[in-house]
Amino acid sequence: MPDEVSVASLRDVATTLRMHAVRMLHRAKASHLGSCLSMADLITCLYWKALRINPEHPDDPERDRFILSKGHAAAMVYAALAERGFFPVASLDTYNQFGSSLTGHINSDVPGVEFSSGSLGHGLPIGCGLALAAKRAGRTYRTFVLVSDGELDEGSNWEAILFAPQHHLDNLVLIVDYNKIQSFGRVSEVLELEPLAEKFRSFRWNVIEVDGHSFSEIASALAVLPAAPGKPTVIVAHTVKGKGVSFMEDKLLWHYKSPSDEQLQLALSELEASR
Amino acid sequence: MRTAFIETLCEVAAANPRVFLVCGDLGYSVLEKFADLYPDRYLNAGVAEQNMTGIAAGLAMAGYTVFTYSIANFPVMRCFEQIRNDVCYHNASVKVVAVGGGLAYGSQGYTHHGVEDLAVMSALPNLVVAAPADPVEARAITRLFAATPGPGYLRLGKAGEPVLHKADTLIELGKAIQLDNGTALTIISTGGMLGTVLSAASELRTHGLSSRILSMPFLVPLDHRAILDAASQTGGILTVEEHGPGGLGTAVAELLAIHRCCVPFFPVRLPRSPIKISGSQEELRGMHGLSVAGIVSSALEIARQSHSGAALG
Repeated sequence: MPDEVSVASLRDVATTLRMHAVRMLHRAKASHLGSCLSMADLITCLYWKALRINPEHPDDPERDRFILSKGHAAAMVYAALAERGFFPVASLDTYNQFGSSLTGHINSDVPGVEFSSGSLGHGLPIGCGLALAAKRAGRTYRTFVLVSDGELDEGSNWEAILFAPQHHLDNLVLIVDYNKIQSFGRVSEVLELEPLAEKFRSFRWNVIEVDGHSFSEIASALAVLPAAPGKPTVIVAHTVKGKGVSFMEDKLLWHYKSPSDEQLQLALSELEASR
Repeated sequence: MRTAFIETLCEVAAANPRVFLVCGDLGYSVLEKFADLYPDRYLNAGVAEQNMTGIAAGLAMAGYTVFTYSIANFPVMRCFEQIRNDVCYHNASVKVVAVGGGLAYGSQGYTHHGVEDLAVMSALPNLVVAAPADPVEARAITRLFAATPGPGYLRLGKAGEPVLHKADTLIELGKAIQLDNGTALTIISTGGMLGTVLSAASELRTHGLSSRILSMPFLVPLDHRAILDAASQTGGILTVEEHGPGGLGTAVAELLAIHRCCVPFFPVRLPRSPIKISGSQEELRGMHGLSVAGIVSSALEIARQSHSGAALG
């Protein structure tokens, strides 16, 4: 893993990943582009800064575990894994195509993917199990789980949020992609999560709030683990749905719509210009 | 059966450091021995079955063979999607153990009746579905589950069921166990109905009918050979289960239909409608024909059909 990756190069990687996702979802006429773009910078920091993983040894027992619980944003993780060398970048063209393991919701048959998800509220309990196993068996890997904000409506998450501090899972990091828009409207209108950071604190978590598009803030939140000995850490990452493409930003529509040919070109040129 | 289960799990955990037990805050006076012996491989996840099952899948992905334990429907239905997605889809080594299957908690009401579990669990991929008849079967399946990777479901009764098999009975994955070898008909039972079936078989002998008795501890994989042999070698088939539609009777009927076995057949089982009255396990079984008298009556009907069919043939 690269030890020191500059903010400029992280930004460049994130742009590449965003361009992959836009192309993949355009080609597949698939949904959830807004969800992919909102977490692009988080995924970049995870795969290029934080995770101790090696594409040459994807099954190394001591590799860090990353669980994407918001499985509908699979395209962004596939793009990251391909760019990190887990499989050829050309395979991204098969996303959502007949016969491909790159299914719309994330699939652990894909090299580097730890866990298949798609139904919400499954990832954090899995992460608790992985983190507990490391504690019980004295192993060194860390476990990272990325959830959406809408996903926090699921009761299973709150069972796990109660559990992790009880068992002192300081080797567990939960990241909330807090873009404030869920499937059918704004989080504040559907089921308000606020005060979210306060909720986690009252559940005995170590809470770090970051701008989910600031590489320095994300990287510094992920830099030292365990961040608080004896406590699990949650990174509440304030993000913008559709981030990086002006006409997709903060729009519910882009949870569903796939870009037209013209919108594809516009999006790609905006992203290219941002490099 | 639950005593046989936990004693066996304690034994196998001594030799197999991967065995891990997770409960959903139930198991008082049952699980303490395991917790004392293996504190590092025991977890009470709290009253939170979805998280319990997800944690079990996570532990399994890290290399453990995990048993989840709770009563009746709680470890099955409350977390069914976790079993489907986290456990079965990933082929994770998680064995779901439900104590008090069937009507064991009879008087507690329908919430505590585990009477659809075999149907829903039989539909899942990669999952071995087992309902032992007695402590001998329960021990053997616990050992098998601890030694075999992949998902499993173990439906136990409660405590104090009689031992029906000899201790050295051979119990193999996906194999029926034959107890009597009569010819008038075959009675196939799964789970805790075997004792009642054996009593019914004794009574049938007084009517001049000899039965083949098959205990079917595995719903999945089902012993097709034993069922097809019973269809061709005996006068008809009666299935007996403490469960509603979708279990053993359904599976046997489908197999017979696929193989064009036109033989007298009847499933003795519970109705689809919830039981809304109180009663002991014995009483609630009895009112739905799951009694010696009920089984004898259904068996006599099978024999009558078989006889008239033979006469017609």
